[in-house]
Amino acid sequence: MGGINVIFKKELADHFSSYRFIIIFALIAMVSLITAYMVGLNIRQQLEGVAKPRFIFLMLFTAPGALFSLVQFVAFFGPLVGLIMGFDTINRERNQGTLSKLLSQPIYRDVVINGKFLAGVVMISVMMVSIVLVITGLGLLVMGIVPGFEEIWRILIYLIISVIYVSFWLGVAILFSILFRSTATSALAALAVWIFFSFFVTIGANILANALSSDASDSNPEVVMRRAKIVKAFVLTSPMQLYTDATATIIDPLRKSTRSIVAMGPMESLSMSRFSGPLPLSQSVLIVIPYIISLVAITIICFAVSYIVFMRQEIRSL
Amino acid sequence: MDASVIIETEELTKTYKNETAVDRLTFTVNQGEIFGFLGPNGAGKTTTLLMLLGLTEPTSGKAKVLGMNPTREPIKVKSKIGYLQENMGFYTDLNAFQMLRFVAELNGLSGTEVEGRIESALETVGLAAESGKKIDAYSRGMRQRLGLAELLIKDSKVAFLDEPTLGLDPDATNRMMALIESLCRDKKMTILLSSHMLHQVQKICHRVGIMIKGRMVAQGPMDRLAKEKLGIGQEKYSLEELYMKYFQEA
Repeated sequence: MGGINVIFKKELADHFSSYRFIIIFALIAMVSLITAYMVGLNIRQQLEGVAKPRFIFLMLFTAPGALFSLVQFVAFFGPLVGLIMGFDTINRERNQGTLSKLLSQPIYRDVVINGKFLAGVVMISVMMVSIVLVITGLGLLVMGIVPGFEEIWRILIYLIISVIYVSFWLGVAILFSILFRSTATSALAALAVWIFFSFFVTIGANILANALSSDASDSNPEVVMRRAKIVKAFVLTSPMQLYTDATATIIDPLRKSTRSIVAMGPMESLSMSRFSGPLPLSQSVLIVIPYIISLVAITIICFAVSYIVFMRQEIRSL
Repeated sequence: MDASVIIETEELTKTYKNETAVDRLTFTVNQGEIFGFLGPNGAGKTTTLLMLLGLTEPTSGKAKVLGMNPTREPIKVKSKIGYLQENMGFYTDLNAFQMLRFVAELNGLSGTEVEGRIESALETVGLAAESGKKIDAYSRGMRQRLGLAELLIKDSKVAFLDEPTLGLDPDATNRMMALIESLCRDKKMTILLSSHMLHQVQKICHRVGIMIKGRMVAQGPMDRLAKEKLGIGQEKYSLEELYMKYFQEA
């Protein structure tokens, strides 16, 4: 397909030289470093004088540092990276007048979107891989524990899921940059979607569950179960929840399902009983595969909408 | 179809919601000529060019460019035609050389041969000395000439120039006009040029079409039209000549 590599190359060069990328990267690297360092110290203290349990290395990613674990951090702020990188993809070109220049060259319209998206995905991958590598290195230093073979595999799968997740948000941002002419509007719209899915879906799920279950008593275990199921079904509309579930048993093999009714919050202590009977890697993958597929599916849907809208748009030079 | 006919339209119409931008336009452009597409702002000149490029779909009517239908085969048409858009649209953080190489690559040209072509194109338009400067620092006249260099890189035999003299000072305008004329003469380019400055394009166009409110009201060689419609055009023409004399003396 002609042209896609040309656009890809140019976008990549633009990303690497942009202040925007450097700032996001610096910010995220800083937060992850601090978190990983604190978690590492914390784990080392807790494990003083105890035999090393399995999969301790993965705790670097899942155990909370000061406020949140690294996995939570990526789930929450990862979207922001995608949005910031993509919110002005098409409308900036439109405003500069370079979009009609591009499209008056012998290339198909979808090549423009694809090239830009691919460049974004590469940037996201670079960012994620380097952050995970830095954390791994720091973990080695602070904890003095070498990750096992299976742990490395798990980290790799976690990386892939994370890249898909952030790429989904990049896709959303690109869609908004096609829909809105003004870059400020598309940035705000993208932020609104992000805030909606990060805060309101969970609150909405609880309200919905309460409304749907007529029995208000908390003592009946059946009612509690039903509510939990409704909440679970509803929050799955949020990509953030999909991601959290998709990474759950991958990065934390000691969890037996994507979520338990008792929330595994930041207050969870490092009790030794947690380290018994980890799930084998193949079983972990089996549990999360539907979530990964859903993540990929919503990314594709987002793209399909982008294509349709972009193909139909009038290209005026003004 | 006559082989010497490059562009041919038949009852070409474009309607936006309830506004007719281009109304049953029928005209032809022959090989090797400069056709001036004249008319006030908003007459539908740009819309027509976009339709001929396959960037906009006509509501009705037919258009043929080099024997191809631009709506059906936009990629083929776009690979043959050079388009200089009104607002130019350059990546201003690139320099001229990088910009031209980007355009060349989009057209599937690469390798060392392209570099030579870029050098000579920059030479032709008189930007060789400034090729390392960022386009950000270019004046409007320089940007227009860079746009023409793009057409040379593509080696297009047909060029659509949308308002190539818009916002240029008289000296830059003359330079631009001379350049366009030389493209037609030396490179055998067929040029379709749109403008609302009748007096400026008067000198170089072989034939003109005058478009007002989406309709072509007159079409033919300049001399004939000037005789028929003498008045405003002629006056402005001499006015400019006078201005230029002062300018050159200064």
